[in-house]
Amino acid sequence: MKPLLSVSGLHVGFGRDPRANEIVHGVSFDLAAGETLAIVGESGSGKSVTALSINRLVDFGGGRITGGRIDFTRADGTAIDLAGASERELTKIRGGEIGMIFQEPMTSLNPVLTIGEQIEESFRLHRGLTGRQAKAAARDALERVRIPDAARRLKYCPHQLSGGMLQRVMIATALSCNPRLLIADEPTTALDVTVQAQIMALLAELKRETDMGMIFITHDIGLVAGIADKVMVMQAGEAVEQGSLDEILDTPRHPYTKHLLSAVPHFEAGRAARRDYSRPKTPATPALKVEGLTVRFPVTGGLLRRQTGAVHAVDGVDFDLMPGETLGIVGESGSGKSTTARAILGLVQPIRGDFTASSNDPAKPERNAVQMVFQNPYASLNPRLRVDSILAEPVVASGRKVDAEIKQRMEMLLDRVGLPRNALERYPHEFSGGQRQRLCIARALMLNPSVLVLDEAVSALDVSVQAKVLELLVDLQHDFGLAYLFVSHDMAVVERIAHRIAVVYAGQIVEIGDAAAILSDPRHSYTKSLIAAVPSIDRRREHFTLDTRQVPSLVRPLGFEPPPAEWRDIGADHRARLEA
Amino acid sequence: MGIVKAIFAHPSGRIGGTIVGLYILIAFLGMAGITPHDPLMQFRVDRLHAPNAAYWMGTDLFGRDVASRLMVGIGQSFVVAFASVALAATAGTVLGLAAAWFGKGWDGLIMRVMDVLLAFPAILLALLIIAVVGPGTWTSVMAIAIVYTPIFTRVVRGPALSLKTRDFVDAARTFGSSRHYILTRHLMLNLVAPLTVQVTLALAWGLLTEAGLSFLGLGTQPPASSLGLMLSDSRNLMETAPWLLVFPGLAIMIGILGFNLLGDALRDILDPKTRRAVA
Repeated sequence: MKPLLSVSGLHVGFGRDPRANEIVHGVSFDLAAGETLAIVGESGSGKSVTALSINRLVDFGGGRITGGRIDFTRADGTAIDLAGASERELTKIRGGEIGMIFQEPMTSLNPVLTIGEQIEESFRLHRGLTGRQAKAAARDALERVRIPDAARRLKYCPHQLSGGMLQRVMIATALSCNPRLLIADEPTTALDVTVQAQIMALLAELKRETDMGMIFITHDIGLVAGIADKVMVMQAGEAVEQGSLDEILDTPRHPYTKHLLSAVPHFEAGRAARRDYSRPKTPATPALKVEGLTVRFPVTGGLLRRQTGAVHAVDGVDFDLMPGETLGIVGESGSGKSTTARAILGLVQPIRGDFTASSNDPAKPERNAVQMVFQNPYASLNPRLRVDSILAEPVVASGRKVDAEIKQRMEMLLDRVGLPRNALERYPHEFSGGQRQRLCIARALMLNPSVLVLDEAVSALDVSVQAKVLELLVDLQHDFGLAYLFVSHDMAVVERIAHRIAVVYAGQIVEIGDAAAILSDPRHSYTKSLIAAVPSIDRRREHFTLDTRQVPSLVRPLGFEPPPAEWRDIGADHRARLEA
Repeated sequence: MGIVKAIFAHPSGRIGGTIVGLYILIAFLGMAGITPHDPLMQFRVDRLHAPNAAYWMGTDLFGRDVASRLMVGIGQSFVVAFASVALAATAGTVLGLAAAWFGKGWDGLIMRVMDVLLAFPAILLALLIIAVVGPGTWTSVMAIAIVYTPIFTRVVRGPALSLKTRDFVDAARTFGSSRHYILTRHLMLNLVAPLTVQVTLALAWGLLTEAGLSFLGLGTQPPASSLGLMLSDSRNLMETAPWLLVFPGLAIMIGILGFNLLGDALRDILDPKTRRAVA
């Protein structure tokens, strides 16, 4: 049987001289109808460029196909070489026969049109439907992607829907014309882990219902385990290994595939938790103690802009953090985990609550005891300052002179985080993302803090860089006796670094305790669903189930106070909030 | 000196840079009094003399050397343009930073005042200010500065608003950096590029506005020399002594062209989006 898509010897280049600036060097693969191919690789590996070349969207980004064939079997049985097709033919094929889903659902939809209008457009263009027919088709499309209450949602604008709902709308649009091939470019990377699981389950169900071929681009090999039939691993523009899913996962041959499978943190339900620390039996002074931290943002309404309610971003959070210990704070976006971190650093004003940080060295002012590393290493370093000025900033801010001793500390810290000493005379743009994050860590350590708050500190990095930065953090913790507050949405990463875990849901801690205990034996229903949603190679044969539950609104009426928490002790260091 | 190299690698930067460099040299010579003749000396016998070896650009109605007066005039125009743009850039930066940093009421107040100033055509507003204060070199400096302050305020406020929410500013707050440090190192340093472009373009407008004001008799007062004033003096003698009109006219035109070309080049060089196209 003729395959649906057959790519052979594909070369793609960019810029004025596409042959000199070649990004993809001769990639070949076949895809049959109803099959799913996962293209796995890190950023810069050419995986997106390969996929975008198939529907020739790469042309709009300045790319040129410089060699090879892309044979696509059309609905009427004729074959076409997409590498040489004219723009007119391509317009018919795109959307009509090849659908596409992008990474960012928030920016892929037009914010001023209702989602109904945007789905209908696709039916009008490719199927010639009009008026009521188009509306009915749009409603069917939304129902097909399991959006509850579809008829009403058609009138919503994109900002009224959550990221997961929007990605479903994007899938509905892409599927509106029953494409024979669907290209999904990291469709869940921007989404929360439980939402990601829902989208993956949806794609798997749709795949079973239709006879559609699918190309799934991702950096996370664990994610594709449940959906792919074939896997192609890409590195630096070349397909280093391809084969069936089981072949690749069970007997990887290429060293890079092995590296991806081993270096990347995979979630192991508490078995990979750190065991290099245990809480002292006798009460000691915690490095950071947080009591009843509450952050609310006012919601105003009406003509007079009177306060009508408040967003309860963080509602009565308590925990303590011992020296040398890592507390992982996990939760989804909007759960208040970052707000907690920012409140401790004084970046947002809490309305209530105390926190006391004690430093390693009693002579030092207390405010320098807590330092922070941000998520995006590209945004957290001033591009116009040299590295020595960047490292000097905390010192200057604390009112000290930059003298020989400080210079020495800078060099020591650069050595320690694995950067060359001549980095001092360079600018941030000369460093890669991982190196920049090392710089951020060095900067945070300049004042010798006792607590480091890491807000999604490795989330923006490539998977193998992530692993190295995590190793560095563990080493630094041993050397400097640091306490980490590690905020993350990624359970696999948290498992590698945390000694204890606090699960945050809707602004409150719902479960807290020893990392291995929580990950292996979650008790709160939210923790359970969070852990169940983590993609994993071990569980690739399990089926995901669809869960359309939405996160509750955090907007509460004025003067609302949550009832005091009731806790249930499960183990020596493991307790969960009682559920109503 | 990377920036100078980059300017001369850019096609319009090369032309603009050369013109502006030449003008600055001429302005210095003019202000230092190194001119072919004394610009105020009246050679009675050689009144309205066409350009020749002694008088390179001819003489005017009083027998004064046009070339010397032009050099002094360029110097005078540059002093006014540079002084007024320097004032406007400083005031605009301070106001723009204040509006972005303090936000809310201050932002509204400052930006609405700037909107009112921008609502008037530049030359009209300058005329109004001079009509109130009276003509003179320093009045025109003040007037031009006030006219161009709103533009700098806007150029600074927009990027400052976005810089203020960047992570490195948040990081600075977590170290406890002072407001002064954040404003100068994190905001100002990142505003240097847009400001440089704006200053270069504003110099072109400053030059033109000064010439306009002097032409109307509200800028530099005779017997001192300025490009606008020379144009104004020439308008009754256009047919008998065209050199009186042509040289100052060309001087204004080429000067503005130079600043505009240089501004365009700087915009290309300093804007990261087009930086690769140049390199």
